[in-house]
Amino acid sequence: MSESGSETGHGLFSDRPRSPWADVLRQFRSHGGAVAGVAILGLLVLAVLAGPFLWRLDPAFIEPKATDMFKMRNLAPSLAHPLGTDQLGRDQLARMLAGGRVSLAVGFVAMLISLVIGTTVGVLAGYVRWLDGPLMRLTDLFLALPLLPLLLVMVMLFRDALSGVLGPEAGAFLLIVGAIGLTSWMQAARIVRGDVLALKEREFVLAARSIGTPPHRIVLHHILPNVISPIMVAATLGFASAIITESALSFLGLGFPPDFPTWGRLLFEGVEYMQADPNRVLFPGVAISLTVLSINYIGDGLRDALDPRLRRR
Amino acid sequence: MLTYALRRLLLAIPTLLLISLIIFLMVDMAPGSPMSEIPRSIPPEARQRMIEALGADQPVFMRYLLWLRQFFLIEPAYLIDGWFGTSLGGDAQRILSWQSRAPVFDVIGQRLGQTMTVIGAGYVIAVLIAVPIGVYSAYRQYSWFDQIGTFVSMVGYSVPTFFTGVLLIVVFSVELGWFPSVYDTTLRVTDWDSFLRQVRQMVLPVTVLALFNAAEISRYTRSAMLENLGQDYVRTARAKGLLEPRVVLKHALRNSLIPVVTVLALGMPSIFGGSIIVEQVFKINGIGAALIGAIIASDLPMVQTLTFIFAVLIVFFNLVADILYGMLDPRIRYE
Repeated sequence: MSESGSETGHGLFSDRPRSPWADVLRQFRSHGGAVAGVAILGLLVLAVLAGPFLWRLDPAFIEPKATDMFKMRNLAPSLAHPLGTDQLGRDQLARMLAGGRVSLAVGFVAMLISLVIGTTVGVLAGYVRWLDGPLMRLTDLFLALPLLPLLLVMVMLFRDALSGVLGPEAGAFLLIVGAIGLTSWMQAARIVRGDVLALKEREFVLAARSIGTPPHRIVLHHILPNVISPIMVAATLGFASAIITESALSFLGLGFPPDFPTWGRLLFEGVEYMQADPNRVLFPGVAISLTVLSINYIGDGLRDALDPRLRRR
Repeated sequence: MLTYALRRLLLAIPTLLLISLIIFLMVDMAPGSPMSEIPRSIPPEARQRMIEALGADQPVFMRYLLWLRQFFLIEPAYLIDGWFGTSLGGDAQRILSWQSRAPVFDVIGQRLGQTMTVIGAGYVIAVLIAVPIGVYSAYRQYSWFDQIGTFVSMVGYSVPTFFTGVLLIVVFSVELGWFPSVYDTTLRVTDWDSFLRQVRQMVLPVTVLALFNAAEISRYTRSAMLENLGQDYVRTARAKGLLEPRVVLKHALRNSLIPVVTVLALGMPSIFGGSIIVEQVFKINGIGAALIGAIIASDLPMVQTLTFIFAVLIVFFNLVADILYGMLDPRIRYE
């Protein structure tokens, strides 16, 4: 890699100090799997975001006349429908693109929720001494809950209530995102708490406190920037597992409503038709697996890049 | 050590009580009720009596206490009755399923065997594959074997089990026709022929579970081995002239297995959780399928009991992992 070599030279011989993030980036770029992961995930995100503008078929379009609809059902891949059509004659490519948007959005938002909860709990438990015991007991309690069964129960309980208020799509989205976020913050909380406990005894925090910095500013300005790397790693892993959880829920038939495509839902619907047309399960399955695989590789690369002890010079 | 184990055991009781309360209250908010199953042609007085018989007219807290009593006192009593022919249970009310009106534990008892066979086989095979791979990957770190192993385990860990399962069905039962895609739970193993049929139908689900778990376990084994192979005692063992297999397989492996065993114990509950999906894919009639069926039919006692059993498993195996860790590693001392 000539590019990274020249950067090393730049860092060593110029007067400008090297920023730590440049180091991280350089280390990250030397991790082949992580770079491939970024490329593949970037392509998938781009396809899902820009795809519907290029591929303008409506994913929910069904031929209004029954005779036309029957002719359109379960078509093999062709130029007009590159991935074929489903049992109602809807275009599979358009449905894959729409489904991917939902799947990625669910993963992303659920990850954000779990990060916010996890970081808050972790910082509070690490920084405020009397909260440490209760919050960690709470974390242990959540870790002992059977999560998949509880998620299923939560979806069963609140789906109708929420979709009554917000409409079926928004209700299901909010419910699934919230349920996944509420049940996946524990690892992040534990990691952040450990780091905060170690950080708050360090000299720079002591210095900040001794000049009278209020606690909330110590946390926001001095502690949080230093726990950002474990949070980033936890974020990537949380993103991947949220996508898997959502597809698992949809696969069990307890995720999004039937007409609302997500990759998990498409896979679930495809299972019925897999003997006639294996593509129906292959495409959504490969899409989920590729996304999760590339996110996991990015997480791997990030962990290596953010840990200065692992950095090979 | 014993006091530590006892203390942990005592601490597990409030945890379990709290979890049972959470589960009970959550499930109790569900819209379903035993009434929705009773046909409209039944007169209201009879309907009222049926609801009373099921205990569904009591306030929430009473129902919770009743359920706790049923779960912890009455059901174990019936279990002992079943084993020894005693009559401890007498005619006390058991937890009844709203779907089948049969005791929940009878249904679980019938189905647990299916789950345990498939899951147990999957886990054992996963360990048998993963440990040698992990050891060899660590021994030849950064070799092509290690590189491929890392990649395969990353893939195995990332591809969700419901897709691996469906993929295996497409390839091996739809295209090649080697194995059945649906698990026949009524099959009884009586002779060699039915035994072979049982093995054939277990191949696909067990492969799915084994692949997924082996990916994780082999990573843990590898990193534990890597840590131990760099230790002084390994160098000492080599320096005093021990043969390489003995150094690696006896000295290093034994110490590396300590964290691996803990991970195995900690992974047990998630195996049961994962079984929900695998059972759905292969139509295995186990407890995971029972849970899904109960959720769809709003069979609340069944859902409560099954979810709580999953919670008990998690707490139990966490305890086992902690105690095992202390027993296997003499450096760990609990005071």
